[in-house]
Amino acid sequence: MAEKITLGKALNHGLRRALENDPKVVIMGEDVGKLGGVFRITDGLQKDFGEDRVIDTPLAEAGIVGTAVGLAIRGYRPVCEIQFDGFVFPAYNQIVAQVAKMFYRSKGKVRVPMVIRIPYGGGIGAVEHHSESPEAYFAHTPGLKVVSCSNPSDAYTMIQQAIASDDPVVFFEPKRRYWEKGEVDLDAPVSGAYPLHAARVARPGTDATLLAYGPMVRVALDAASAAGEDGRNLEVIDLRTLSPVDYPMIFESVRRTGRAVVVHEAPGNGGLGAELAARITEECFYSLEAPVLRVTGYDIPYPAARVEEEYLPDLDRLLDAVDRSFGW
Amino acid sequence: MAKGERKAGAVPPAPADGAVDRIPGGDAPAGGFVQLLTPDGEHLGSVTTADGTTYSVDFTVEEYQGLYRDLVTVRRLDAEATALQRQGELGIWASLLGQEAAQVGSGRALRPQDMAFPTYREHGVLYCRGIDPIMPFGLFRGVDQGGWDANEHKFNGYTIVIGSQTLHATGYAMGVTMDGKTGSPDGEAVIAYFGDGATSQGEVNESFVWSGVFNAPIVFFCQNNQYAISEPLERQTRIPLYRRAAGYGFPGVRIDGNDVLASYAVTRQALDNARNGQGPTLIEAYTYRMGAHTSSDDPTRYRIASEVESWKAKDPIARVKAFLTKQKMADADFFAEVDESARKLALDLRERVLAMPDPQPVTMFDHVYPNGSPEIEAQRTAFAEYHASFEGSGH
Ligand SMILES: Cc1ncc(C[n+]2csc(CCOP(=O)(O)OP(=O)(O)O)c2C)c(N)n1
Repeated sequence: MAEKITLGKALNHGLRRALENDPKVVIMGEDVGKLGGVFRITDGLQKDFGEDRVIDTPLAEAGIVGTAVGLAIRGYRPVCEIQFDGFVFPAYNQIVAQVAKMFYRSKGKVRVPMVIRIPYGGGIGAVEHHSESPEAYFAHTPGLKVVSCSNPSDAYTMIQQAIASDDPVVFFEPKRRYWEKGEVDLDAPVSGAYPLHAARVARPGTDATLLAYGPMVRVALDAASAAGEDGRNLEVIDLRTLSPVDYPMIFESVRRTGRAVVVHEAPGNGGLGAELAARITEECFYSLEAPVLRVTGYDIPYPAARVEEEYLPDLDRLLDAVDRSFGW
Repeated sequence: MAKGERKAGAVPPAPADGAVDRIPGGDAPAGGFVQLLTPDGEHLGSVTTADGTTYSVDFTVEEYQGLYRDLVTVRRLDAEATALQRQGELGIWASLLGQEAAQVGSGRALRPQDMAFPTYREHGVLYCRGIDPIMPFGLFRGVDQGGWDANEHKFNGYTIVIGSQTLHATGYAMGVTMDGKTGSPDGEAVIAYFGDGATSQGEVNESFVWSGVFNAPIVFFCQNNQYAISEPLERQTRIPLYRRAAGYGFPGVRIDGNDVLASYAVTRQALDNARNGQGPTLIEAYTYRMGAHTSSDDPTRYRIASEVESWKAKDPIARVKAFLTKQKMADADFFAEVDESARKLALDLRERVLAMPDPQPVTMFDHVYPNGSPEIEAQRTAFAEYHASFEGSGH
């Protein structure tokens, strides 16, 4: 039965289903219990599954992720909530030095099937450390799967797939889209669902390819609609998986359209857009009508809330880049 | 009063292991604490703890009145900020309501040369440092990220990532020692503020380790307001927090955090010990957060009204008022005048906050690197040109 629900609610339903289907799934994090998380993503779960399955942890991110590693080795499937993007760094050592390498260093003997959920990105008028996009740090680390959902339907299935995956998954949730609604089929079986490790064409087109993920997919779709009024038919690809990236789908699209523009909120320097541009250039050089362009946050710390709208890539900046691509 | 005579507020032997030592409903913890002014406004004179340390204050009438004025003023400013947040003028506000005594007592115990490292809730300490109360509003309004001169004010920037500042404070304190500024009554000392939740962080524990090992001149001032957002103290510890200090090799003291005199006396003593070369102290100010964690929080989900009510009876301001009244140190005129001057300060603050302009967007490229960066300059120029191309379109 399809229902129109918010992205936040879709995650809540997905987590609930994972808890129901597998007694080894546990949720852990700060304020995830009684409060239901600061964004209420875990709302009601502790009430229904108990304090052993939905665990309010001490206020320590290294502790949350580090103990999750032990739980995973012991056969559990922990789902860690990091309260905000900027607070993942106390756990960074555990994630990049331990979580990512357990399988490799044990020659495949030790698995740590865990999910690290991170509400990320800007646009909610918050103070420092509450609006960051740290995905590149994790995508740069082999051994981690890094994904980001952009709509309620994907949120619902992707969170369940991430939990079911034997890989450790860093799961980026676009916090400013938590309140956006969309159709979700809550009865659809996860097995047979669109795979976690695949990108998706969010809007087919023929003239240029916009590559986006997480909070920027909405902006890319809006840009494609606006460009459509000018007679330009843009394709929008929602990456969904940031590591590994689904390159075959991207290359196919860019070879067809001849133009690519990547957009993300994170600073451009060393960002995912740089990697995408390099790979597309390597693989699609003879099909390109213009260089791969990037629209990103600036190379500055995330600025004060009152100017964040100027920092965040928006419709105008994206359309401007599309114009530049066509003007080549 | 002779040493050890009064047992009322003294710290008795530690409770059995495993007890978090917290009685739901907010009663005095079984472990006791240093208290000099009771909720009824009775002045206990001095208190001696189990280790033989005696704490007392002996203020002039003006000094007692001054403390009262501080408490009322910081509460009034905080209330104004809460109102501004509700009116949409601040993005968020972390209220200090209920924690005035902990902050004013410790803040007034600081000497001008001492350095403080706050979290995001220490508006009362900031006020006691003589800093213009407008300072933190840029952060909460979203027009900047705090941005005052920490060295000039001897008050570091607000720290939002829980616990990080305790290591900075420790390093600063090590620097004080390296500069030869300890070992005398005129030496410098450092104070680090943090919450009960913060004590779970690795970094806070590392700061305890380092401070102990390097005998740093530091006071760790933990405001145990019973909650870390929704999580009660029991989620952070199974022993009283002050007792942790023993494991790191320095003294820990629990005080009645709603008692401004205890807060002052114990902090002053600990700072003096630090500046005299006796190393760190952990102070646990046992208090209560009367409001929400921040303006985005919903405390009805995790705490009951009767708990809040029971703490109201321990209000840090009412007891000073009762004391001043009983001792005939102040009359109705005085109290009215304090209220009025606090009100004026708050209104002035309101006007100035409302007048805080949004920053020019291009200023977001300022201060990324001390000596600039050609790449950032290029981005700034491109940004300015891009925006100029929208001139008149409201961009
Ligand atoms: C590293 C980190 N994790 C999570 C948060 C989100 N957060 C902000 S305040 C807070 C609770 C802090 O509690 P406590 O240390 O007791 O201080 P209080 O706010 O009660 O004064 C949390 C979890 C944060 N700011 N930093």
